Amino acid sequence: MANKHWLEFERHVVELEKKIDEMKGHAPEGSASHADEISKLEKKAKKILSEIYSRLTPWQITMVARHPERPYTLDYVHNVFEDFMELHGDRRFRDDQAIVGGVARLDGAPVMIIGNQKGRNTKEKILRNFGMPNPEGYRKALRLMEMAERFSMPVFTFIDTPGAYPGIGAEERGQSEAIAFNLMKMSTLKTPIIATVIGEGGSGGALAIGVADRVMMLEFATYSVISPEGCAAILWKDGSKADLAAKTLKIDAGELMKLGVIDKIINEPVGGAHRDPRAISTSLKTALVSALKDIKSSNVDSLVKNRYKKFRSIGVFSEG
Amino acid sequence: MIWFKKDIFKKKTLANGETDRDKSVRVPVGLWVKCESCSEIIYKKDVEKNLDVCTKCGHHYRIPARARIDMTIDEGTFKEQDQGVSPADPLEFKDLKKYKDKLRAAQKESGMNDAVVTGSGLIGGRRVFAAAFEFPFMGGSMGSVVGEKIARLIEGALEAKCGVIIFSSSGGARMQEGILSLMQMAKTSAAIARLKDAGLPYISVLTDPTMGGVTASFAMLGDVIIAEPKALVGFAGPRVIAETIKQTLPEGFQRSEYILEHGMIDMIVERRHMKDTLTRLLAMLGHRHGQ
Ligand SMILES: [Zn+2]
Repeated sequence: MANKHWLEFERHVVELEKKIDEMKGHAPEGSASHADEISKLEKKAKKILSEIYSRLTPWQITMVARHPERPYTLDYVHNVFEDFMELHGDRRFRDDQAIVGGVARLDGAPVMIIGNQKGRNTKEKILRNFGMPNPEGYRKALRLMEMAERFSMPVFTFIDTPGAYPGIGAEERGQSEAIAFNLMKMSTLKTPIIATVIGEGGSGGALAIGVADRVMMLEFATYSVISPEGCAAILWKDGSKADLAAKTLKIDAGELMKLGVIDKIINEPVGGAHRDPRAISTSLKTALVSALKDIKSSNVDSLVKNRYKKFRSIGVFSEG
Repeated sequence: MIWFKKDIFKKKTLANGETDRDKSVRVPVGLWVKCESCSEIIYKKDVEKNLDVCTKCGHHYRIPARARIDMTIDEGTFKEQDQGVSPADPLEFKDLKKYKDKLRAAQKESGMNDAVVTGSGLIGGRRVFAAAFEFPFMGGSMGSVVGEKIARLIEGALEAKCGVIIFSSSGGARMQEGILSLMQMAKTSAAIARLKDAGLPYISVLTDPTMGGVTASFAMLGDVIIAEPKALVGFAGPRVIAETIKQTLPEGFQRSEYILEHGMIDMIVERRHMKDTLTRLLAMLGHRHGQ
């Protein structure tokens, strides 16, 4: 099935997909040659798609990461985990729906889930504030992480946000303090933390749930200190240079792996996660289970020590 | 976000002789300046003697990192550390200019390798580890060097069982080092966690301006957070917020007085009282660790 939304660089293949859908709709009963024709076209479409996606530019990857049909945190929660029970609120101000959290089971074992959540339609987007948390979202996240620590549950976080919300109320209620406090607290949390960037990793607002023992990224996710548009506007003084900024900032999974900021890239299905949510959920689950197995064997003190070392060692400078 | 603001006395040092606007005043170059806050003409030497605070209106001008250290740490006791830690260009970043060239220019102008001075010394006779930001150095932005030096400062304090004072003045993370800059927020905050676990005091002093990734990491994690009067302090820049919400911002938004009212800082302290305040606080918070 062709996706409803498609990206400019997919035009060629989307037209082909439409044609295939059309042919499927008008299939003459039991015509072998017709079925053959469809299967040939399907193979061709897949080949073109895989060619396109094998050489996406960082800016095109940004478009895929923001694709309106891309699976969001709650899609993964339902496809990867069982028995999810959402837990709401920061107990201080209100429930921020741009971050969701709760308990669930992964292969039977209790875990804590925290993730950014975007909305699909206009109403949902507003409810989720376009995935941009306020301080209370980060405080809810921390509340749940500390609960996970008390009950010896591993924490899985899913990052998918344009960034922390830049608003008057957000500033008044301490957006910076909320982020800073999470960074500090996560660094010493006595339970395993596994973070996965599933879409947009937008700056401090993403890192605020990203201080983890393992940081993984989906193949077409991005993680950056600033949005390509924002960077282009400031440094190039021209917001339309976002493609150049995206390339220069090195925000895609491959580059981040080289820089030592992430530990693993989770490959996406041909044409991106949104073309096959089931397949990406399976890959994600495999990666989560194996990452957890990998760190669960170490005791909690060395876990925390290694987490410190992990972030302590990120950075490039010279000394003489 | 990076904040650019020119030299502290940017509002025209009045030229020798008459100018268009001030026909009545004759001001020799550089001796007299016009305060950027109250617009009064003030004698530059008086302002310098007054710790770079306007003698007429009390406006606190931005000051260089070394001047900050000098007015805070007991004379002759400061030992700078990690001066050799220098920026690299891991992303080979180039916008309209090369990052390397921007660095070179900033280094030449400031005489520093990067945007922060760190070291240890005495304050009121008590040993302390201190850092001060140099805002003109690429907007005091935090890249790998700043993150590393702050982390080492804190680790040094841990080893010596001393308190930490950090004077921040920064536009936030340094975009030219991409994601590596972002990760310095995690690095420095994790170091602060260790300081807290050890029961060692950390006083964060916010000076104009402290924004973005610096505010959202170590700067907001002080046991005590002090701000200088009218400093701009926040996460997102006021322009970004105004553009996002399409509203005018409230009077005094993100200024020290405003964030004090909203519970984000402990106190506002004028520059002339800063050393005394820090000394008294550290003596109380650090009492278990003796001298
Ligand atoms: Zn003045």
